[in-house]
Amino acid sequence: MDHSNVRSPEGAGDNASPTLSVTVPAWKQPGVISNHRRRVMKGRIVEVLAVLCILAVLLPLGDMIYMFAYRGLQVISIPKLTTITVGSASFVSGGLANAIAGTALLISLAAAITIPIGVLGGVYMSEFSNDSRLSEGLRFAADIMAGNSSIVLGYVGYLVFVLYFGWGYSAAAGALTLSILMFPYVFRTTELALRKVPASIREAAIALGSTKTTMINRLVLRFALPGILTGIILAVGIGLSETAPLLYTALFSNYLPSGALFHEPIGYLTYVVYVYSQLPSNGAHDLAYLSSFLLISAVLVINVVARVGLRKLSKV
Amino acid sequence: MVSALLGSSAFLFLFLTIVVLVIFSYPSFIVNGLGFFTSITWNPSLSGSVVTVNGIRSMSGASFGMLVFFSGTLLSSGLALLIGVPLSLGIAIFLSEVAPQRISNIMSFFVELLAGIPSIVFGFWGFLVLGPFLIHSVEPVMAKYLYFIPYFGGKVYSYGLPASGLILALMTVPIIASISRDAMAQTPIELREAGRALGLTDWEVTRKIVLPSARTAIAGSIVLGLGRALGETMAVVMVSESAVNILPKTFYYPINSIAAFMAQTLDSAFTDPTKMEIYALVELAVVLLLITTTVNVIARLLVRRGFITSAEHVVQV
Repeated sequence: MDHSNVRSPEGAGDNASPTLSVTVPAWKQPGVISNHRRRVMKGRIVEVLAVLCILAVLLPLGDMIYMFAYRGLQVISIPKLTTITVGSASFVSGGLANAIAGTALLISLAAAITIPIGVLGGVYMSEFSNDSRLSEGLRFAADIMAGNSSIVLGYVGYLVFVLYFGWGYSAAAGALTLSILMFPYVFRTTELALRKVPASIREAAIALGSTKTTMINRLVLRFALPGILTGIILAVGIGLSETAPLLYTALFSNYLPSGALFHEPIGYLTYVVYVYSQLPSNGAHDLAYLSSFLLISAVLVINVVARVGLRKLSKV
Repeated sequence: MVSALLGSSAFLFLFLTIVVLVIFSYPSFIVNGLGFFTSITWNPSLSGSVVTVNGIRSMSGASFGMLVFFSGTLLSSGLALLIGVPLSLGIAIFLSEVAPQRISNIMSFFVELLAGIPSIVFGFWGFLVLGPFLIHSVEPVMAKYLYFIPYFGGKVYSYGLPASGLILALMTVPIIASISRDAMAQTPIELREAGRALGLTDWEVTRKIVLPSARTAIAGSIVLGLGRALGETMAVVMVSESAVNILPKTFYYPINSIAAFMAQTLDSAFTDPTKMEIYALVELAVVLLLITTTVNVIARLLVRRGFITSAEHVVQV
């Protein structure tokens, strides 16, 4: 539209009089209003589309949670959780105790390896690294590892730990592979959490005569703790959900882990979903449903704790 | 000092991965040569006899070609982006621009929860619910009414490509949507106000100010989502129907991806007395590592400001 009839800058006195005589402002003219309405309508349509997009994603998520909760709760019982799996192929019965215990052992071992390495590595990146090219390189390496396909990592675990080190299919091979998978998440989130600690806190500590080590141990780590914990918990969630890195390192076992770390295959929950869902027996399907339900519940708890609980803590 | 050493373990892990993969794929590189990249046949030929070429033992008549898996990886990931990108951008717009803060927070939680669901559970759901729905209600209708589009006519065979693409799309959504949402929310308030002062509507502010100012981060998030789809293993195993030795001729054919094939095949490769099938599978791993690394480097270059990465998007404390 023509702007000249709205106002005429500085030259109000001279030949601009015909345009000034228009009393209806431009944005109130009939054509302009319908144009405006069309533009607002366009926005409404986009809003509706945006709502449809989120529904299109929440519907599958809701269906997934509902279906596995429904089927899982149909099957769940104390014996299913406390007895080991019996049989294989078309005759599977018993419970998931071996897989639950195996998952717990694998995750604890992997976390015990990866937390010290990841957290201390993150402390180095945030507090000690003066060489920006080195730290940039380390960040890059961690990002490539995080973007790596988990089955590729599973192959590396198989070739190195199972074959080359001769550990066989074992808890050690599985847990080490998982710890490599979890490492970049702990490493990067620790660095981020530490960098968010305000400079004023560090300066106050130094001004009071504290050494750098004391400052990090007493103050910086304490302030960054919720962030670091969030990273650890989510890394545990990632380790818990993985199947591919364990297929050829931990294999699977129907028996409870004896505590031997080498040369003894070990069970885990995701394998039950993968293999038992394809077996031709109701007993196997029941275990696959129950295992899916347990995994989803664990992920839900982890997400609530990490995102809701710890976020509150970090604001105190 | 100790922490410097431990920090360097990032190098160690990457170095270990590369060295091991190169060593164990070397025999396959020598024996299979270029045919590995151009052949569609994967046949360990276990009934053949052992022959020695250049000092490396392999089975006579064995053929290892990656084309079926490579094309399946690209097709399923491409379809995933085709569906996932508009969906994710719609969600990001909803979370950052449309929804009130409370609703946005709750919905964000669910979208991020989607990222945490184990991929095998995703695959199991695809196998039980999505696949049957597609093959009974969607694919026949598409084949009936879209037959005039190339590759969309013909017989409906399998969950195959459509199910893999859809599942992968759902798995890329949390990555693309949450990074895009954060980037869009970071648009300076002055720019938004300037737009409003000029008389733009809500949508025009989003379209002309928010989206352009977030476009590098959005592009980076799409590439990161692509990285996730390319490397995804278990979900594809469950719904792709594991095609071997056949390229898809229509939209409804079974497919296979590099990662899925690797996960399914290593145990049967143990029966190859020359171990050549294992070496060939490791060569597949090298190819996959090269693909995901390239994609991640591109994503990193795109998302310069704030260097959001797949490791970081998990945590926004």
